[in-house]
Amino acid sequence: MSATKRPPLPVILLANHFLDGEVVFWSGQGWSRNPQEAQTASTQAEADVLEEAGRLAFARAEVVDAALIDVSLSADGQPVPNHFRERFKISGPSVRTDLGKQAEFAKDQAKG
Amino acid sequence: MYRYDEFDAGFVRERVALFRDQVQRRIDGSLTEDEFKPLRLKNGVYLQLHAYMLRVAIPYGTLSSVQLRQLALIGERYDRGYGHLTTRQNIQFNWPKLRDVPDILDLLADVEMHCIQTSGNCIRNVTADHFAGVAADEWIDPRPVCELIRQWSTAHPEFSYLPRKFKIAVTGASHDRAVVKAHDIGLRIVRHPDTGAHGFEVSVGGGLGRTPMIGKVIRDFLPQEELLAYLEAVMRVYNLEGRRDNKYKARIKILVHETGTEALKARIEHEFAQLDGPSINADPEELARIAAYFAPPHYEELPAVSARLEAAKSANPVFADWIDTNGFAHKVAGYRAITISLKGIGEIPGDITSAQMRQVADLADRYSLSEIRVSHNQNLILPNVKNDDLFALWQGLVEAGLATANVGLITDIIACPGLDYCALATARSIPIAQAIAKRFADPARQREIGPLNLNISGCINACGHHHVGQIGILGLEKRGQESYQITLGGDPTEQAAIGEIVGPGLTAEAVPDAIERLVEVYLEARQVGETFIDTFRRIGIGPFKLAFQHNLEGADHVA
Ligand code: HEM
Ligand code: SF4
Repeated sequence: MSATKRPPLPVILLANHFLDGEVVFWSGQGWSRNPQEAQTASTQAEADVLEEAGRLAFARAEVVDAALIDVSLSADGQPVPNHFRERFKISGPSVRTDLGKQAEFAKDQAKG
Repeated sequence: MYRYDEFDAGFVRERVALFRDQVQRRIDGSLTEDEFKPLRLKNGVYLQLHAYMLRVAIPYGTLSSVQLRQLALIGERYDRGYGHLTTRQNIQFNWPKLRDVPDILDLLADVEMHCIQTSGNCIRNVTADHFAGVAADEWIDPRPVCELIRQWSTAHPEFSYLPRKFKIAVTGASHDRAVVKAHDIGLRIVRHPDTGAHGFEVSVGGGLGRTPMIGKVIRDFLPQEELLAYLEAVMRVYNLEGRRDNKYKARIKILVHETGTEALKARIEHEFAQLDGPSINADPEELARIAAYFAPPHYEELPAVSARLEAAKSANPVFADWIDTNGFAHKVAGYRAITISLKGIGEIPGDITSAQMRQVADLADRYSLSEIRVSHNQNLILPNVKNDDLFALWQGLVEAGLATANVGLITDIIACPGLDYCALATARSIPIAQAIAKRFADPARQREIGPLNLNISGCINACGHHHVGQIGILGLEKRGQESYQITLGGDPTEQAAIGEIVGPGLTAEAVPDAIERLVEVYLEARQVGETFIDTFRRIGIGPFKLAFQHNLEGADHVA
């Protein structure tokens, strides 16, 4: 991830867990499987911190394909990727709504 | 079926142990990701959108019931209870954990299967006519040749770092059901016009992807015993001269195109003349050893017409329709090859649950001499069913939810995983397939339309063969939206052709209407006995373009 290719702010840090392959989010404290725990960076300095977290985790073989993803904030403050590709990535196959994050975390979303 | 010898079995086990060690070394940090990634790809492990994906080779599409049960077990224990059959006669699991892959590979090795050469710049799983060995229009079973090529190409040191992936397909029938002209090398088993000896018509440089090309014949007749030396000559020329500077120009099709067929043919013949044939070609004993595994099973002597079948057909029209649509003429009287459609209306093309795999394995044991085939159309085949058993088989399939009677019809759609799974995708393909299948769900209407193949890919890589679909749909991204480009007139058969674009890209919602309009043009113009492709060839793309354009007017469909 080079600074020049950085997407517009705000961003979240998305990756795949190395051993599981599962999509994970940087929460500020560590990696979370829950999209609602993704930390949003709104300034370049905050984005630098995310980027560095991704780089270190990659080096430690915790995650692969770490990338900053540009998002918009929904009414309840949840980050929603601007591009449909990442929207699928963080929810799961649209043709199998019983699988992926959409199935696992839907209840929490309903709760609020 | 082919059985591993000691060498094969030892080799596959060794590779599993090696990969187990490589995963461990990645975990403990002695391998970097840059070092590890090519190693995992060499074992068929990709990283997709949501998870890893494991691609298992099904050589020439032939499976035993024991193997299918093992795939069911893997799907259940290590995945989410299903697998996806691909246009390359592979099966893919969508959710394996990397840490489990070595165990999965061991389970595969238990049933003589593996994931070797299902990825990377090597000679990939060799594909064949899915009716190999049983088709009434076949002269020679292509599978011994495929197996020979598999053995020759597996871990071949000279061909492990090719400029790009390399795909070979073989057919031994008069009708090409293996899409050989869309492969890097396509082999058609032919008879010499004078001597009657068997040999190969060899084409090179077919391929889909971003630059679709139909293979060019470079040898009308290659004596069968010279096959490996000739393949080696082709591979050597490609290995030396194929473009390594640009990934998008690295396939042999580009070399053929840039060099010219005649010049390249001369280069290959020159290389072939230099090679020491006898040291490369398989000795006839080895060929005979391999061929023996594919000897026809013991068939009973049966009358061509089964009174039981005829009675069941007249008593049950739904069954009769299924037989007429999904049955295929067998070489042996009294038998039929049956295609099990994995294209239930509104379902995901090519997906099959572990429970269904077991049901099919049981039915294969009972009614098809324990053998199953995987077709590039993403369906399964029971190749050896007695006419007398067809009704009982059908009842079993109805129970398994696998009795859809649509093989070769407009709802028998080939679709790649697209953006629902694939990290390279630019748009989704599965929901488009589902929407079209629902629109044309009425069985009578499908039969009225007749044979029509519709293919969908979720990006320019063309894994769904959209270029050779009579109707092809390519999913792209335009201005942050999914957009679908429709082509017409592609042909995957011996008259292979690349489809032509019919008009501007459409939104997902607009696709079913557009397809309906295009089908209406055909129905209005068709003459007695014509299929879609016949009519298209006669009237050309003009009337379709006109109707397509008309359909767009006033609507907000263009994406
Ligand atoms: C991890 C998922 C996949 C990846 C990364 C992938 C990648 C690719 C790429 C990059 C190409 C273009 C090659 C070129 O033009 O040089 C290609 C072609 C192709 N793939 Fe896939 N693919 C995937 C899944 C599939 C699936 C699911 C199928 C079957 C449904 C499939 C079958 C094919 C076929 C038939 C072609 C076109 C034939 C040709 O090579 O010219 N692939 N794939
Ligand atoms: S055609 Fe594109 S979207 Fe479809 S499987 Fe291939 S790479 Fe993925």
